[in-house]
Order: sequence, then structure tokens, then C-alpha cells
Amino acid sequence: MTATAYGRPGTATGTGPPRSDGPAKAAGTAPYAYEYRVADPAYVAPVQATVARGRVLEVDAAEAEAVEGVIAVLTHAGAPGLDTGAELSGLQRVAELAVLQSGEVSYRGQVVAAVVAETFEAAWHAAALVTVRYEQWPHDAGFSDQRADAVAPEEDHRQGEVESAAPAEVVVEQTYATAMQHNNPMEPHTTVARFEGGELFLYESTQGSYEVRRTVAALLGMEPERVHVVAPYVGGGFGSKGPLHAPTVLAVLAAVALPGRWVKLALTRRQMFALVGYRSPTIQRVRLSAGADGRLSGVDVVATVQSSHVADFVEEAAGPAKSMYAAPNRRMGHRVVRLDAAVPTWMRAPGECPGMFGPEVAMDELAWACGLDPIEVRLRNEPERDPHTGKPFSSRNLAACLREGARRFGWADRAPEPGGRVENGWRVGMGVAASAYPVVPPPGDSWARIRYEGEGVYAVSLAAADIGTGAWTALAQVAADALGVPLERVRVRLGDSSLPEASLAGGSTGLMSWGSTIHAAAEEFRRGHGERPEPGAEATGHLPANPAQDDYAMYAYGAQFAEVRVHAATGEVRVPRLLGVFAAGRIVNARTARSQFTGGMTMGLSMALHEESVVDARFGHVVNGDFAEYHIAANADVEDVQAHWIDEEDPLVNPLGAKGIGEIGIVGTAAAVANAAYHATGVRVRSLPVRLDDFIGA
Amino acid sequence: MDADISLTVDGQSHDLRVDTRTTLLDALREHLHITSPKKGCDHGQCGSCTVLLSGRRVVSCLVLAVAAEGAEVTTAAGLGRDGRPHRVQQALVEHDGLQCGYCTPGQVCSAVGVLDEAAAGWPSAVTPPGAGGDGGPALTAAEIRERMSGNLCRCGAYAGIVAAVEEAARPAGEAPAAPAPRGGGR
Repeated sequence: MTATAYGRPGTATGTGPPRSDGPAKAAGTAPYAYEYRVADPAYVAPVQATVARGRVLEVDAAEAEAVEGVIAVLTHAGAPGLDTGAELSGLQRVAELAVLQSGEVSYRGQVVAAVVAETFEAAWHAAALVTVRYEQWPHDAGFSDQRADAVAPEEDHRQGEVESAAPAEVVVEQTYATAMQHNNPMEPHTTVARFEGGELFLYESTQGSYEVRRTVAALLGMEPERVHVVAPYVGGGFGSKGPLHAPTVLAVLAAVALPGRWVKLALTRRQMFALVGYRSPTIQRVRLSAGADGRLSGVDVVATVQSSHVADFVEEAAGPAKSMYAAPNRRMGHRVVRLDAAVPTWMRAPGECPGMFGPEVAMDELAWACGLDPIEVRLRNEPERDPHTGKPFSSRNLAACLREGARRFGWADRAPEPGGRVENGWRVGMGVAASAYPVVPPPGDSWARIRYEGEGVYAVSLAAADIGTGAWTALAQVAADALGVPLERVRVRLGDSSLPEASLAGGSTGLMSWGSTIHAAAEEFRRGHGERPEPGAEATGHLPANPAQDDYAMYAYGAQFAEVRVHAATGEVRVPRLLGVFAAGRIVNARTARSQFTGGMTMGLSMALHEESVVDARFGHVVNGDFAEYHIAANADVEDVQAHWIDEEDPLVNPLGAKGIGEIGIVGTAAAVANAAYHATGVRVRSLPVRLDDFIGA
Repeated sequence: MDADISLTVDGQSHDLRVDTRTTLLDALREHLHITSPKKGCDHGQCGSCTVLLSGRRVVSCLVLAVAAEGAEVTTAAGLGRDGRPHRVQQALVEHDGLQCGYCTPGQVCSAVGVLDEAAAGWPSAVTPPGAGGDGGPALTAAEIRERMSGNLCRCGAYAGIVAAVEEAARPAGEAPAAPAPRGGGR
């Protein structure tokens, strides 16, 4: 690796120290939101709508209120008011957060009441005794791409003439589908709240304590400084703990209704299938036109996605095709179906993750149609510049990832034809797909404070959230290198709104934005205090603007390879090998970065083979809302998963030269698995998850 | 209805009064403020609440506290000795078999259970009864994956978890037969 400020041999960065929060997490002593010991808490249990659309006529709480230990039953008639006209950040949907502000029901599972009680058991028992009468209205919860009422949320992106282009020698025109998914972090969404003396205190499972502060303050009409949010350890989020959702607001309402009392709300797993968002299902119509040599003349991607009548959230599944491959004639567009359903949300690599499934399977189909190696067909369509904007790439090493992955995976050893290899009753195949994830501007601003504590020790503080990414460790490495001190001399404080503001953990921007901010703070510190600071010396740094941001297209890339075995008799699908090679700029901590990549790939495998939230449109709810029926990959589903990366120098992306790595690992995995399943069996599966019945009799 | 029970948790005895509906998990977390076991689903589907109950791994959300009267409970917080973490915990940190950490205490207790069960010769779907030889089934990667599948990890740290349990299962000083590649930079 080239000698630079980040990654010098012998310095902390790049050497991969174990995660600093590891020992406490392995012992279970790192406190998550629910686990702070608060005096005499009350427990909140939501009551959810059993109709998908309508109006609450009556909440009969008499039986619930008679339960010993019940303190209050909150309904829309008596709940504290919120400013539903509040200006919130662009990440928030105020209509989703207007909890108990009216009797109108907009989706099944919506919060229509809540019980607050002295004990957990009493709260949940009483919640089951609340009887709600509704005026039920007709609802519409059926997602399909055959609806006349689908709307285009913006003008389609067009170049050339994709419809009327000259007839191509080879055309792949197919429809691909990805399933509705739920984020399902292992730690349920949790809020522990107390309102006293005009101040609101929150222990919250969130990806951004300042985002919570500002949003809650705006809804309550409070000064943001009077809302205090503590979230140093977060048990995963994968997007669903980015924007706020109704349960946080419900707990806050309970706290406001019971001033001076701590209230606790942790969702059940089932409630997480109704109340904290989901990844929209997508139906992608993809048309690739090419010459017999595999060179694309046209790329047409129209993705139909689900949104909500409550508020819009568009899963931008047609987005990634805009910048992926060169072609003179292109169209990318979205069609949105608004339903009587909860609002979708971010889930790991929103847009990119589902949006690379259709096009990357289509590229595989194109390769087979042209008689080309699927790697070669991608190499032949590498763009010189970003096809979307015409800007140069700050760096684009997809080709290097494909070649390096092919070498490591043994790609050359694959059978020449689909279905050409059978071992002990298993049909064996290999597949490849590309990954890409943009370097996006961070969702918010950041500052960091560095203070010299004396005796060689520096404290670095900012309100960033480590949701499992390894930020605790990597940020300490960045600070150590920026200050020129050993890693063990740096103390990091994160996840608390009393610290300098930091952007939300989202868009794979954490290390880039917070690390660049710490880098700036270290420069300020050295400028102000020199090499021999006095104890107590402090400096604050601000996230530097990137002068190259508007002049370059900035992306991380990857190539994912899968070996798939499909049982010839039963159709059972196994994935004995997954291998990814990524080009994501500088890797700050090899150990934790590898886990980010392989963790994303593992979630991608889960998407490929297991995950599907099944909606019963007659009632409007997810019917398989728990881990017994919504399957996520278990240990035995995951065999050899490897992530590698190539050395990539990209000084244009930020002072660290680092691109985001939290999401790219899940982009492309499902396509690689489906492509490998085709190679194994000759059966092309275009709808996720890939199931064993796709192969029965085929 | 309440009941008085006593529990020994991580070597400390406790007397407490619980609602008879209270689970062992909630007794630990809400009453004793021992929050090492986590609540991930409350349905016995995720394994985050795994503890050792009289030495055997159980999902504590499916045990009523009153049914655990007099029992010895060991959580991940109580596995270390003399201020040092258990070798499973050390190996998990070394192999980065954790990310958000929420499932981790359950993974730790489950892994300790796996080591004991394998040593006692318990079969699994991977190694049928009697096929494991005298010392019980060898804890190969496939065995570990099978036996650890009751503990879900949404971050997808399974590769590291398996490597860690393999290391913890190995007699001290013995080198791995073939190191499992997990990738890395060039």
C-alpha cells in the first residue's frame, strides 16, 4: 500500500485492530437503549389497528383500565398534541409520525391506542383487552405492475431513443421481481423516555441522535437543545433506525402524558413487521438491446415500486442502471403504486440492492444469448465516463474486481454449458454479478471535538452512531493517525446528543464523513495547540466540503461470485461459496471492513434464498411476521463467504480516500446466486427469493 | 399472581418476587437488571436470550421464571474467570464474529453449550448417532454451523462466529488443520 497519511505501515489505520467494543459486547455489558437502569419505569404497550382503512369510532378501555397496574390508556381523543405541520428534515415523513393525532386509520397495524402500566406484563395483558370499534372503509393493498393508477414520481431519465432504436441483433426483454423485505435488526426498535421540567430525555435505538432530537423537538414544539438523546450502542438498524417511525413518537407521547416518569417501549418482533418500515417489493421490466458481440445499444429499465397513501417513499430501483453500463439509447424510470399500507423505508442499499437484481440477471442472459463469458460481456460495456451525467469517474475499478474475483474463485473451471456439472445428485453452477454503490453526500452535517486529557491521552467526541459498523474502532484509528499518536492514546465518545453534532449513519457515509471531520478537527487542534498541548486544550473541526463532489461521478464497485448447488431431486438450493472482490477506496480497518462486506453478502444471500414478507391484500397486513415464517439466513445457510479488496487510491472522494463499505456487500449478491442457479440447472429464475419449487420438474 | 423465587445468576444468589407470567428473561432483565441476555423476539426464534440453565443452553424467553426456581443461571457476563473473558468470547472478538453485538451474548452462551454437548457425544443432523467416534463428534465447521443455527445474526457475522467456535473447540496449542480463508486485502 502506498505511504500516505492513512495506511502507513506501522500506523494504526489499515492494520485492523479488533473492535474496541468487542469485549463488552461479547460479555453483554455494552448497554443498548432498553438496558439503562431507570427508576420506577412504566411500560408502554401499543394497540394496533385491525382494519387497513377507516376511522376509529370508539375505544373501549374499561376492561383494560380495570387491570391492576394500568396507569393510562392513550387514545387519539386524549393523547398529547403534536405539531403535525412541523418542518422536518427530508428524511422524515410527518404523516407517519402523527401518532394518535386523529382517529383515521391508514394502514393495518397502525397505532390506535396504547396502554401504560406499572409492569410489562400488565401493559401487554391490558393492551389485549382494549376493544376498538371502527368504521371500516374499503382499502387497496394489492401491489402489482398492472395498475393504471401507477404514477411516475419524476420524469424518466432518457438518452437517445430507447423505444425506436434500430432493431438489435440480440434483445433480452424480461420482467424481474424482488420481494418485500423487513430490516429486522436483532435489537427491536426501542425508546426509553422521560419528560420533566420542559426537558425530554431519550435512550433510543437510532442511527442518528441529532435526527431524533430535531424531529422530536419539532413535533413537540420544543427547542432542540431541550431534547437529549443517548444511543452509544445500537443493535443493528440497516436503515430502519434512520428515519423515525411511529413507536418513538408513541413513547414520547406517553412520557409527555406522564411527566417525571420514565416510560419504556420495545417493539415485539411482530410489531416490527407493521410499524418501522420495509423495503418495497419491486417489479423491474428490463430490456437490453445489443449487437451479437454483446455491446449494448439500449438499456431500458422501468421499476414499479410500492409506496403509501400516508406519505411517499420511492425505492429507486431503476437508479443504479443509470451509471452502470455504456449504451447510446437509455431510459430509466419508476412507477409508484400508492397503497393503503405503511410507509416503506430505507433498507441496506435502498435502490441499489433490489435495482441491481434485474439488470445484472439480464446481463447474464445477454451473455448466454451472445455466447460470451458473463465477465466479458460486462467488460465490453464498461463506460469511459458516467453514462448518466457525462462526468469522469473519480475511480472505477469494476473491471479489476471482475478479473481478480475470477482468478480467486476459479471461474475458468466452470462447466461450459448450463447443467453441465452434477455431483452426488447436486447440480452445480457458478454465477457472477457486479456491485456498485455511490459515494453519496452525508445525510447531515458533522463536527468533532478533540480534547487533550493530559498524559498523552486525547478524547475525540462526536454524536455519531456505531450500529455495528465498527465506527468505534475505525474512528479511533483515524484520530490516532491524524494526531500522530498511538491508537491506545485515543478515547472515542459517540452516540450522545450532548456531543458535537454528527450526521446520521446512512448511505454508507459514516466513516467518510465522521473520519473526514475528525481529520479536520485534528488539523485545527494542531494549528491551535501545536505538538505539546496543555491538558484541557480543545479544538473543534467541521466536515470539510468536497471540492470535487460536483465534478466527478464517485462510486465503489465490486464483483460477486457464487457457487450454487441445486438438488436434482428435491430442488433444494445451497450456496457453498460466495466470493466478493471490492474496490472501495482505502480500507481503514481490514478486520471490521471484511465483516461489513461479508455481512452484506450474507444478507444478500438471505435475500436471494429466504426473505419475503407476504402481504394478504384482503386484510392489508404481513402474514409471516416473525422469524419462524420470515426466514433470514441462519448459520447453516452460510458456508464459505469471502471478501477481498483491491488497493484503490482515490484522493478525490475525501481526505481519507475511503468510500462507503456498509452497503455495497449486499448489492449484486442475489443476482450472482440466481445466475449461478441458472448455470447449475438451465432454469432462469427472475423472481426473488429463489425457491426449490422453481427447479422441481425442470 | 406473584410468586417468590430464588435464582443463582453468575454465581450470585437472588431472592425475588415475580408475576407468574414473567419469563426468566424478563426476570433477569427487568427485575435483576442483568441485561447480558437480550430480547430479540420473545418467541424462542432468534436465540439472543440464550443462557446456560444448570449448564444447558436454553432460550430464556421460553422459560417461566417460576419454573426456574432454585436454578443456576449463567449469562455471557458470568462466563469469564478472574477478570478474563471465556475463550469463546476472546475468539469471537479476535475473529470479529460480531458487529452490532446484540445477538452476541446469546451466541457466546450457545457456543459454550455446543462445546459441552459435542464433548458429551450428542449427535446432530450433520453427524448421526454413533458416527462421531469415542470423543464425540469433531466440531468441524459444518457441525458448528448446524449446532449454532438457533442463534440468528442479522449482521451476518456467521463466518467469524464459526471461525471463533472452531478455535475455541481446538485443544490449547493445537494449530488449525486448514485455516478457513475469509478474505482480506492483497
